[in-house]
Amino acid sequence: MNVPENLKYTEDHEWARVEGKVAYVGITDHAQQELGDIVYVELPDIDTEVEKDEEATSIESVKAAAPVNSPVSGKIVKVNEDLEDEAELVNKDAYAAYIFAVEMSDPSELDSLMDAAAYKKFLGK
Amino acid sequence: MFPYLPQTEGDIKEMLKVIGVENVDDLFYDIPDTIVRKELLSLPKGKSEYEVYKTMEALAQKNKRGISFLGCGSYDHLIPSVVKHVLQQPNFYTAYTPYQGEISQGILQSIFEFQTDICELTGLDVSNASLYDGHTAASESVTMALKTRKKADTVLISETVHPNTLAVVETFFSDVDVKFKMIKSENYRTSLSDLKAQLDESVAAVLVQTPNFFGWVEDFTGFADAVHENKSLFIISSNPMTLGILKPQGEWGADIAIGDTQVFGLDKYFGGPSVGYMAATSKLMRKVPGRIVGQTVDRDGDRAFVLTLQAREQHIKRERATSNICSNQALAALANAVYMSTVGWSGLREAALQSTRKAHYLYKRLTEELSLAPLADNEFLYEFTVIIPDAERVLADLQKEGVYGGVALKQFYPEMKDAVTIAVTEKRSKEEIDLFVDLLKRVLK
Amino acid sequence: MSSKLIFELNTEGRIGYRFPSLDVPEIPLDSMLKKDLFRQKPAALPQVSEVDVIRHYTELASKSFGVDAGFYPLGSCTMKYNPKINEDVASFQGFADIHPLQPLNTVQGTLELIYKTTESLCEITGMKWGTLQPFAGAHGEFTGMKLFKAYFKKKGDTKRTKVLVPTSAHGTNPASSHISGFDVEEVQADERGLVSVSSLKEHLSDEVAGIMLTNPNTLGLFEKDIVEIAGLVHEAGGLLYYDGANMNAIMGKVRPGDMGFDVIHLNLHKTFATPHGGGGPGSGPVLVSDKLIPFLPVPDITEHDGKYTLNYDKPDSIGRISGFYGNIAVIVRAYAYILTMGSDGLKKASEMAVLNANYLKERLKKTYHLFYDTTCMHEFVLSADTLHDEHGISALDVAKALLDNGFHPMTIYFPLIVHEAMMIEPTETESKQTLDHFVDVMLKIYDEAVKNPEKLKEAPLHTPVKRIDEVLAAKNPVLRWVKE
Repeated sequence: MNVPENLKYTEDHEWARVEGKVAYVGITDHAQQELGDIVYVELPDIDTEVEKDEEATSIESVKAAAPVNSPVSGKIVKVNEDLEDEAELVNKDAYAAYIFAVEMSDPSELDSLMDAAAYKKFLGK
Repeated sequence: MFPYLPQTEGDIKEMLKVIGVENVDDLFYDIPDTIVRKELLSLPKGKSEYEVYKTMEALAQKNKRGISFLGCGSYDHLIPSVVKHVLQQPNFYTAYTPYQGEISQGILQSIFEFQTDICELTGLDVSNASLYDGHTAASESVTMALKTRKKADTVLISETVHPNTLAVVETFFSDVDVKFKMIKSENYRTSLSDLKAQLDESVAAVLVQTPNFFGWVEDFTGFADAVHENKSLFIISSNPMTLGILKPQGEWGADIAIGDTQVFGLDKYFGGPSVGYMAATSKLMRKVPGRIVGQTVDRDGDRAFVLTLQAREQHIKRERATSNICSNQALAALANAVYMSTVGWSGLREAALQSTRKAHYLYKRLTEELSLAPLADNEFLYEFTVIIPDAERVLADLQKEGVYGGVALKQFYPEMKDAVTIAVTEKRSKEEIDLFVDLLKRVLK
Repeated sequence: MSSKLIFELNTEGRIGYRFPSLDVPEIPLDSMLKKDLFRQKPAALPQVSEVDVIRHYTELASKSFGVDAGFYPLGSCTMKYNPKINEDVASFQGFADIHPLQPLNTVQGTLELIYKTTESLCEITGMKWGTLQPFAGAHGEFTGMKLFKAYFKKKGDTKRTKVLVPTSAHGTNPASSHISGFDVEEVQADERGLVSVSSLKEHLSDEVAGIMLTNPNTLGLFEKDIVEIAGLVHEAGGLLYYDGANMNAIMGKVRPGDMGFDVIHLNLHKTFATPHGGGGPGSGPVLVSDKLIPFLPVPDITEHDGKYTLNYDKPDSIGRISGFYGNIAVIVRAYAYILTMGSDGLKKASEMAVLNANYLKERLKKTYHLFYDTTCMHEFVLSADTLHDEHGISALDVAKALLDNGFHPMTIYFPLIVHEAMMIEPTETESKQTLDHFVDVMLKIYDEAVKNPEKLKEAPLHTPVKRIDEVLAAKNPVLRWVKE
């Protein structure tokens, strides 16, 4: 299972990549495998306020729909528009295909996320 | 023995043996003794087919049919014979929802064709496979708007919308945080200035109807711009038969079109089954409730149809679904599709035009010869509202002669004492219309 | 091979129906309506003859599969035979040619039908009164949840915001409670596959409005602790909702009202033999205990001296839930069915449904993995999990293989709590011969799955189309035909 070292993880199988005050968010390789062929990624509206661990948007395969929670609180500042036409990018490389980026209101929330080792252990359970 | 219960005593014995129990009651041992039923239900025992036929026939005969000028959401249009013959095909009416695409191509394709018909008629991009009726379709369209405009909590509804639609929508949202405000009407048509005055950031959607409840044709010039400038959704409900003549929802700039397709090949049946139709812009595609059929290919690359975008639906999204709808009105929607296929565009327009001309013929006679006043001097197609003095008695007298002369609006609006809404379809002959006028002349005194 | 779309049969100038000639003056349209209100573009509806229409739809019917074509063991859907007399009586013009706003003295037959059907359904379920207005099961659930809301509102009890739903419930249950403004809380099943009384106790509080249950549950098992469950929920101030999807197991044997339920919906298109119509119309009557009668939707139907009337004067009613009075044509069929079966036949129907399910279960469990090996009610759930792990054959593959053998498949991947679920409900209208044939085919498929899994994955091969690309359909939605 692919779990890159440089990312932070949630128990709901989202990842976050931090660049300054902004966290890029996507779903993990494990999550995309569980969902199967992804057919649609709903992109949230820019400037929407999101809360940590609350649903920011959703992602759909043929037979499933999963919420994508935001790992941190803040404001949506960017969304990955490539996913609008090519939702399968999430299947191809889940870590390259971020879904949205959040300008964090409380970067200390990152401390509560898992690192790669912890997430691997979590998956192993 | 019962004709639909094939197991003989011999079968039962053999089956019990395989299962390893003594008798059928042993299979129910999980039902606690305190509640298990020991005596038969207090209903009559089963009857023969012929007895049931006679009982039901007697019941049907207690209803009184007549020459109908009733409308207000249910209309007496002609139905081509072929519609019923298609519906009687067992593989249509005894089939389940077409989840197993490989053996359901016929039903799936017929729904795909229905969706196409609805898109064509309304001038919008996407249609679903049907909703329950036009009134519940209104609730569903409001839900879509609220999910699209997440921070808005208010819906503006025109006073001229069918009061039952309003009532159904109010019930639907009565326990969640949504506000409904009425848009005033001027002379029984929706007021654009009142709409504009009420538009603010709290408004998720605006719901209007044309022809409206009273039969008057609305003019929505300027509506879509005002609504969209406010980032709200514009929902127009229409009797789809009138779209044979009238500018359709898409041309008015609506985001969602709804209505009731009973007019296309369905008996009135005391109100149901009918079909609620819904079409929307492609932008709203994933917020549309209910089943949707899509075109795709099979593994050989041949064209195939399948239920699609299912991730929206309750069986996958459960409490997060766009709607709880599961069963819809599929067979009735099939009747609609067969009707539209059979009459074609020219026939649909013919039905709408003939109905309109007949209604105008009656209107002219009522207003000129009988000097009845219209509720308002507005344009209409095949339904209009006039004031008939002493309406209740007059309608009752007409009924004694076998004519249902119109819907007394008092039952919807107590203050509208003598207003009567009259619908004339292409099914009413000149002779019947003349009879109506003659009888009315007589009973008016 | 795919069939042509009706639009592809279009031939300019062809008509399929002739209207009577216009017998009133042909007033020009623009003298009746101003031009800005005219439609600009015609709708591209097909131009075909009546023969084209009937051939087209007969071809489409031949590519569909109804109960009349063969065995349909769809779990939770009760695909029983649809008696033909019911179709005949439903076509009586006395029922069909009646306008919903006709004066009530002219529709006494239909009102009597509604009244007597409600009465009969109350007797069958042990409830006190109800409404036949809901158009389908999910609409009934919604109505039931509104009744919960209204009941607590009247009591001034505003704290109850949660509805409990077992994890095995139909998807409509959580969806219906959610749209009615409740938060949904899931209750896990225990190792017996039943609602765990101890975990239920943990969930119950003064914030719980009630619980939605189906009994027998979606595993086909009777919730034998139901009396205790009802006691606990009522003690905690909550209400019980019965999802009648599985009522076919218990007619004449036990009644939801006697189990302690406060609100129930039935699916006339399941238990009462009305046809499914390829997805509808159904009918989802809602029946209630005494304490919820004041809240039923308007209009209510009442009888006095053999005269029936509609009552709108119900101040505590949840309001109107449908445009008129529900799917009346479906109710006609259901009432005819109740008359045909009677007290003895309904009971026998449930007994035979349960017998058929147990027979199939016994014969299949030696081969397929049966999760809960106990007496079932009208349906049971097998799992393809071992087949999947050992041979790569999923429940979907088994289902598709059934298509090649002239059967409609069982329900698959439901309930969600069983991995690779295959839910089988034979219904009472199937003969032992049909069941035996089904078993033979299921055993043959298993054999094939073990010996030749790759071939099985190609199924179906003998259907009008082969396995369908659902990913493509969802990724690039093509939802209508477009004129080229």
